[in-house]
Formats: sequence, C-alpha cells, structure tokens
Amino acid sequence: MQDSGIEVLFQGINAWRLWQGMFVSLKLAAISMALSILLGIIMGMIMTSKNWLVKAICRLYLETVRIMPQLVLLFLVYFGAAKHLGIDISGELSAVIVFTFWGTAEMGDIVRGALESIPKHQYESSYGLGMKRGQTFVYIILPQTIRSLIPAAINLLTRMIKTTSLVVLIGVVEVVKVGKQIIDASRFEIPTAALWIYGAIFMMYFVVCFPISKLSAVLEKRLQV
Amino acid sequence: MSEYVLQVEHLSKSFEKGKAVLQDVSFSVKKGEVVVIVGPSGCGKSTFLRCLNMLEPIDEGNIYLNGTVINRKDKNVSKIREKIGMVFQSYDLFPHMTIWKNILLAPKLVQKRDKQETQAQAEQLLKRVGLWEKKDAFPRQLSGGQKQRVAIVRALLMNPEVLLLDEITASLDPEMVREVLQVVLELAKEGRTMVIVTHEMEFARAVADRVIFMDQGAIVEEEKPGEFFRYPKTERAKKFLNTFHFEALEI
Repeated sequence: MQDSGIEVLFQGINAWRLWQGMFVSLKLAAISMALSILLGIIMGMIMTSKNWLVKAICRLYLETVRIMPQLVLLFLVYFGAAKHLGIDISGELSAVIVFTFWGTAEMGDIVRGALESIPKHQYESSYGLGMKRGQTFVYIILPQTIRSLIPAAINLLTRMIKTTSLVVLIGVVEVVKVGKQIIDASRFEIPTAALWIYGAIFMMYFVVCFPISKLSAVLEKRLQV
Repeated sequence: MSEYVLQVEHLSKSFEKGKAVLQDVSFSVKKGEVVVIVGPSGCGKSTFLRCLNMLEPIDEGNIYLNGTVINRKDKNVSKIREKIGMVFQSYDLFPHMTIWKNILLAPKLVQKRDKQETQAQAEQLLKRVGLWEKKDAFPRQLSGGQKQRVAIVRALLMNPEVLLLDEITASLDPEMVREVLQVVLELAKEGRTMVIVTHEMEFARAVADRVIFMDQGAIVEEEKPGEFFRYPKTERAKKFLNTFHFEALEI
C-alpha cells in the first residue's frame, strides 16, 4: 500500500494547512451569512411592501441574483471594480460583498415568505388586545417568523459554505487553493495526490455541513409552531 | 358619562365603491346588556363587529365608547381597544407561547398591571373555565373548544368594558360548542356587556337581552329574543329563521 499516495495527507503540516484553508472558507461564509441575516430581515420587511414600484425593484434584485452565476458576480466585483472604478479590493472582501449581495436577496425572500405565512388574525388578535404595532411585531410576529425561517436559513448557510469554493478563482487562498498547492508540490513524488487531497476536501465539507443540516432538522422539530 | 357603553350612529362602509357592506347602521349597547346579532352569512354582521373594534375602517358615521367618539386614526387606538375585548372565530392564540403566557402578555405589556394581582386573576379565570391544569400547555395541544375558552379568558383578563364575540363557535365541532357557550352564558348572567355574532339560534335566544337581525348590511329587526324568535315581523327574518327548521318541514 506504500504507493497509494494517502501519505500525502500526513506529510509535514499538510492536514493542518488544509484545515486552515477550510477556516478561510468558513470565515467568509460566516461573515457573509451574518451580514445577510441582518440585511435580509430588513430586505424581507421591504419585500412585503404593497407598493408596486418597491415590489418591482425587489423582484428585479432577487431575479438578477438568482439568474447570475455567483462566479460572474465575483469576477464582476473583483476584476470589474479594479479595472473600471479603479478600486483595488482584496479577493476576500470581494467575496464577502458578492456573497452578502446574494445572501441578502435569498434571505430577504425567506423572511418575506415567513412574514407572509403568518395569518392576518395573529395581527388582529394582538391589536385587539390593545398591543401597538411595534409590540405586536416584537412579541407576536417576529418570534413566529424566526421559527418558520430557520430551516431555510440554515439551508442557505450550507449553500454558502459550499459556494465559497469559487473564490479560489479570484485568488483567495482557501481550502481548494491549499489543496492545489499541495498537489502541485508533490506532483512528482506522489502522482495520485489529487485523488487523496480532493477526497479529503470532500470529507471536510461533509464534516462541516452535515452537522449544520442535522441541526436544522432538530431545530425544526423543536421549534414547531 | 353616557348610559351607553357603545353607540353607533349612521355607520356606512363599503369594500369596493358602490357595494355597501354596511348601510346607515345605528345601534347602541347599555352597560350590562347582551346584544346578539344574527343574519344570513355575508350580511355584514362580522364586518360590523370588526368596525366596532376599529379593525376595519369606516366610511361614514361615528362610533362612541362611553360617549366619546373613537377613531381608527386616533393615536390612542390601542388604549381604546384595551377596553373593547374581542374573541374571533378562529381562536387566535399565539402559537409560540404557553397558555399562561398567552393570557398574561397583554396585561403585562399594555396595562403594566401588578404581576401578582394579574396572576391571581388569571388563575381564577382559568379555573373557572376548567383549564387551570393546561396553563403550561401550548395552544396546539388543546382542542378547539379549549382554545376558544382560553381566548375568552385572555380577553377577560384585560377587564374590558365590552366584549365582542365574533362567531366564536363557528369553527368548532358540535360537541365543543356547548362548553364554550356555557362560559358565555355565565358571563351574561354576571352582567357583562357583550355584543355577540352567532349562528346558534338556541344560544342567541338564551343569552340575548336584545336580538338584532341584519340583512344586506342593514339592521332589519331589533327585538327582545322572545318576540323575535316567535313572531318575526319581516318576511326576510321569517325566511332566515325557517332555514334553521328545515327538519321540521320535511316530516
């Protein structure tokens, strides 16, 4: 078994470097997700507007984000901004901008759906008890909204973690990039390195995303309304 | 101070232009009086009740609470709604809170009442409707009839001056209707001021001090229950009451 090439994973600090790369991916996903949740809640509230113009703009934003591949958006921000606007932003910042832009749209739509799924009578019985609009939102509507959007939000988080693998193409050194470096460095001693490294990366994504999606299932049961 | 708790003058309302839901409705409720509104579905009785609580905007007319005009646009609209308790057809308890939290939320948040006093009253009311042991349950664990009794307790705990009940048994299974109506009957006996919209004619007869028959958005008859159910004056009311006796006709 000496030639299988699996030893590439245990040479030097290779494993540690892969995890470091993974943390970069996770960091980008976490920052983008946190911003997306915050902005998405505001976006979702705007999306429930009855004004047709506001609605149309929101729709356009959401559809644009959904139709455009994230990779194109990344290139647009990273290369486009540098070339045409003369702004030199790092790959990581570009990634956060793009993923937040995407996440806010998706999260906004999730929040909109959750808000609209709350029956009108929930508002009415709250008003009927003499509660004000603000109180009704904070005590009655928001808690129910959060409960119903948790599964979809977690799903978005795992999608975001996976999509961060694209940032390798704008020069961010994350897990896939580290993997490539290791493969390149050991191309001659271990020709099968690619299989093991990419296999390991696959497992790493699984180790990270599986518990998150499990958590979603647990929360969904727990918080059942 | 007016002798009337609620008073309505020439109320009109339409959802679409030219299609009146309520036309020139005038009406008043004295303190301690129980008024039951009946009529075919779509006659505007529920809308009328919702107007009283300012959940629906009105086009014309005035609504008075204790002699003072109340208005939906008023800054103090929530202060006024505190005094008008309402229970809906679909027993809208807050699904994410226990029964106990459901009923205590508004007294705490809106009225800022003393905690111990409210809790004591809540306990007493829950015991009275036979649901004290359910206080830590969530609404989804309760039957429809139980939920509706909780909704009544929740409204009562605000110590409203008048209670509006909007078809509160309409979505209940028949065997649960009684337990809810029993509670309402007791409240009536206590001298609570209530305006009730219902399809339960036997109940209406038993609970009402006055019956109002509405059709096509207008008050057609206004009578003591004994009179109304035995000798309805108008053809429309006769026809309406007959729909509840079709079994007798078939034999």
